[in-house]
Amino acid sequence: MAQAVPAGQKWWSGGKSPFNVEYGKLMMWYFLMSDAFTFGAFLISYGSIRFASNGWPDPNEVFRSFPGMGETHLPLVFVSLMTFILIMSSVTMVLAVAAGHNNDQKAVTKWMILTIIGGFAFLGCQAWEWTHLHGEGAWWGRNPFPNADGSVASTNFTNFFFTITGFHGFHVFSGVIINCIMLIKNIRGDFAKRGHYLMIEKAGLYWHFVDLVWVFVFTCFYLL
Amino acid sequence: MSDIQTSTSHGHAPVAHFDTKPIWRTFWILLGITMVELVLATIHLKTGFPPKYVLNGIYLILTCAKAFYIIAEFMHLRHELKNLIMTIGITSLLFVWFIIAFLYEGNSYRNLRNRYDRHHAEQSQVKAPAEEPAAKKPGSPE
Repeated sequence: MAQAVPAGQKWWSGGKSPFNVEYGKLMMWYFLMSDAFTFGAFLISYGSIRFASNGWPDPNEVFRSFPGMGETHLPLVFVSLMTFILIMSSVTMVLAVAAGHNNDQKAVTKWMILTIIGGFAFLGCQAWEWTHLHGEGAWWGRNPFPNADGSVASTNFTNFFFTITGFHGFHVFSGVIINCIMLIKNIRGDFAKRGHYLMIEKAGLYWHFVDLVWVFVFTCFYLL
Repeated sequence: MSDIQTSTSHGHAPVAHFDTKPIWRTFWILLGITMVELVLATIHLKTGFPPKYVLNGIYLILTCAKAFYIIAEFMHLRHELKNLIMTIGITSLLFVWFIIAFLYEGNSYRNLRNRYDRHHAEQSQVKAPAEEPAAKKPGSPE
C-alpha cells in the first residue's frame, strides 16, 4: 500500500502505529518470520548434512520422470511445471489483492478461484511425484538411489526430501484451505460489508510466503 | 486498539488505484530467471560446462534475486514504511550467520571423520551394485 504520508512524520512519538499497517497484517509478517526460520532450520540442516557426506545422489537422476512419459529421461521438466504453477498462482493472488484495493468484489472472487485452482494443481503434482518416488522404492528410511559417484547412499537424501517437501506441501494445503475460507467470506459479502479487503491481503502474504519457500526448496533439491 | 490510527484508508475514503503493471512485470522477471536457471542446468547436463561449483554460485544468486522480487513486489514490502522493512530485513540477517556457520560445520565434520575414521572413508568408496536405480538394495525393508 503506497500511502500518502506527510514527510517528517514522527512515527515513534506515540498515538499511531509506527509500522503504519493494521495489527493483523503486522502479526502475519511476524508469523511468517518465525515460519521462515523453521524452514531455514530444515534447509540448513539439509545443507549441513550434505556438506558432511562424502557422496550424494544426483538430482537429475532421481527427478527424471514426467507423468505419462514412461522411462523417458526428462530431468527438471516436471519440477519446472510445478514452479510455474506456483508462480502463476502467486500472480493471481496479487491480482486478487489488487482487486480488493479497488473494492471490486466480483474480481476478487474470480482471482481467488484461480489461485485455489493453482494450489490444487500444485498439490496434485506433488502427490504424483511422491507416488512415483514411492513406487521406485524411496521413502523415509529407504533410499534406492546411489550417490552420483556410484557409491552406496545413506537414507539422508530421501529423509530430507520427504520431510521438507512434505512440510512445504502441508503449508500449500493449509494455504488452499485459508484461500477457500476467504473465497467463501468474499462471496457472502463479508468484506464488502466491512468496507475493506485486508483479510485477502493477509491470506495473500501467507500464499506468497509458500511460493517464496518453494523457490528455495527448488534450488536446494533440484538444482544444487 | 481502536484509538491507534493507521493512515491507511480502510476503504472509506477513495483508495489509490492499485497498479497491476508491476505485478506482471515481476511475473515475467520471475519466469525469466527460472528459465535461465533451467537453460543453464540443461547446458551443464549436455556439455559439462559451466563447472558445477560456478553453476551453484549462479543458482544461489538467482534464487536470492527471485526471493527479493517475491518479497518486495508480491508481498509488497518495498512499498511499506521503512520501519516495517527494517524489522523484517534486519532479523533476516541472522540467516547469513546461520548458513555460513552450519555449512562450515558440516564440511569440517566430513574432513575430520574421513581423516580419523578410516573405515568410514573406505566404506564411502564402495560402489553400489550395478543395477537399475529402481532395484532394491539388499537388506532394505519391504
